[in-house]
Amino acid sequence: MSTFEPKIVAFCCEQSGLPAAEMAKTLKLKMPDNLELVPVPCSGRIETLYLLKALESGADGVVVFACYEENCKYLQGNVRLKSRVGYAKQIMTKIGLEQERLEIFHVATNSGVKFSEFLLQKADQLRPLGPNLGKIA
Amino acid sequence: MIKAEQKPFEEILEYLAPYNKILLSGCGACVTVCHAGGEKDGALLASALRMARQKIGKPLEIIESTPARQCEPEFAQELSDTIGLVEAVLSVSCGIGVQTLARLFPAMQIFPGVNTLFMGETVEHGVWEERCQACGDCILEKTAGICPIARCAKQLLNGPCGGSSNGKCEIKRETDCAWQLIFDRSKALGQLHRLTEIIPAKQWGVQSRDSGPRRIVREDLKV
Repeated sequence: MSTFEPKIVAFCCEQSGLPAAEMAKTLKLKMPDNLELVPVPCSGRIETLYLLKALESGADGVVVFACYEENCKYLQGNVRLKSRVGYAKQIMTKIGLEQERLEIFHVATNSGVKFSEFLLQKADQLRPLGPNLGKIA
Repeated sequence: MIKAEQKPFEEILEYLAPYNKILLSGCGACVTVCHAGGEKDGALLASALRMARQKIGKPLEIIESTPARQCEPEFAQELSDTIGLVEAVLSVSCGIGVQTLARLFPAMQIFPGVNTLFMGETVEHGVWEERCQACGDCILEKTAGICPIARCAKQLLNGPCGGSSNGKCEIKRETDCAWQLIFDRSKALGQLHRLTEIIPAKQWGVQSRDSGPRRIVREDLKV
């Protein structure tokens, strides 16, 4: 039986994703076993390169927890993120990496349960795909 | 500035197939501005290439370096130490930078990572348009600062043609008719009388590329 547990890198906007992560932790909600949280001041700070570097450096899946659209503290951060994730996905197609390995998920500060549920679902989705063959570990 | 865009990924992968260690050389000038071959764009391409090669079990080692201007020998020479460590170079500078490296490092295989497209300006973030074709005999003083050589599909010197419709070009409907722009701007500047002057045909075989590669020599600057 496979023991593969996908490594998930979760970029968390400090205005939404990070408080949601903290709430999930406070509530002692279940999380995937192989998870790395990366706080960012705004999801708009995430460049396409960060997403690819995460995959290259060992992630089997990358998730960005961002604020809901039109709810960005810096107005356009999550809109810019959307474009960059779209561009990263185009590059992933060229490399031959599955689209499921990268996703945005919008949360609010009090979305601890959603945060946990989404990550568990993501781990379930990534497990059958197997390891990211492009990673250089 | 010079505008370029990255070559198809498959094409780059194909010509790098025989190599295991390369230098990916970006350029800190024009191709940085158009996001085709600057430090960040080079890093992105390098990451994608490494993963693509890793995925097929043929890892590719990439050294990344971005001289301030790859088309200037003084800056390109910075790559001298690195060149000796690699089997080939992927240059994501414009075609000029690629040729500078080819001239400076005659024993090294140099591959282009971008297609050099045109000289143009940024019209909005992420959008660039052609503005100059380096015809060698500028007539912008006669055309209200709008170049019909670069911006008219037919390169008309005395336009517009019959295909101009509602300010758009018949060749590409999304493109503004250059001569409509020239007329509108001349009118706004009170300079319409300038358009009554017939602009004579250009001597393409004298100043332009038609007479072969051009060269500028400034004796006062030579060392």
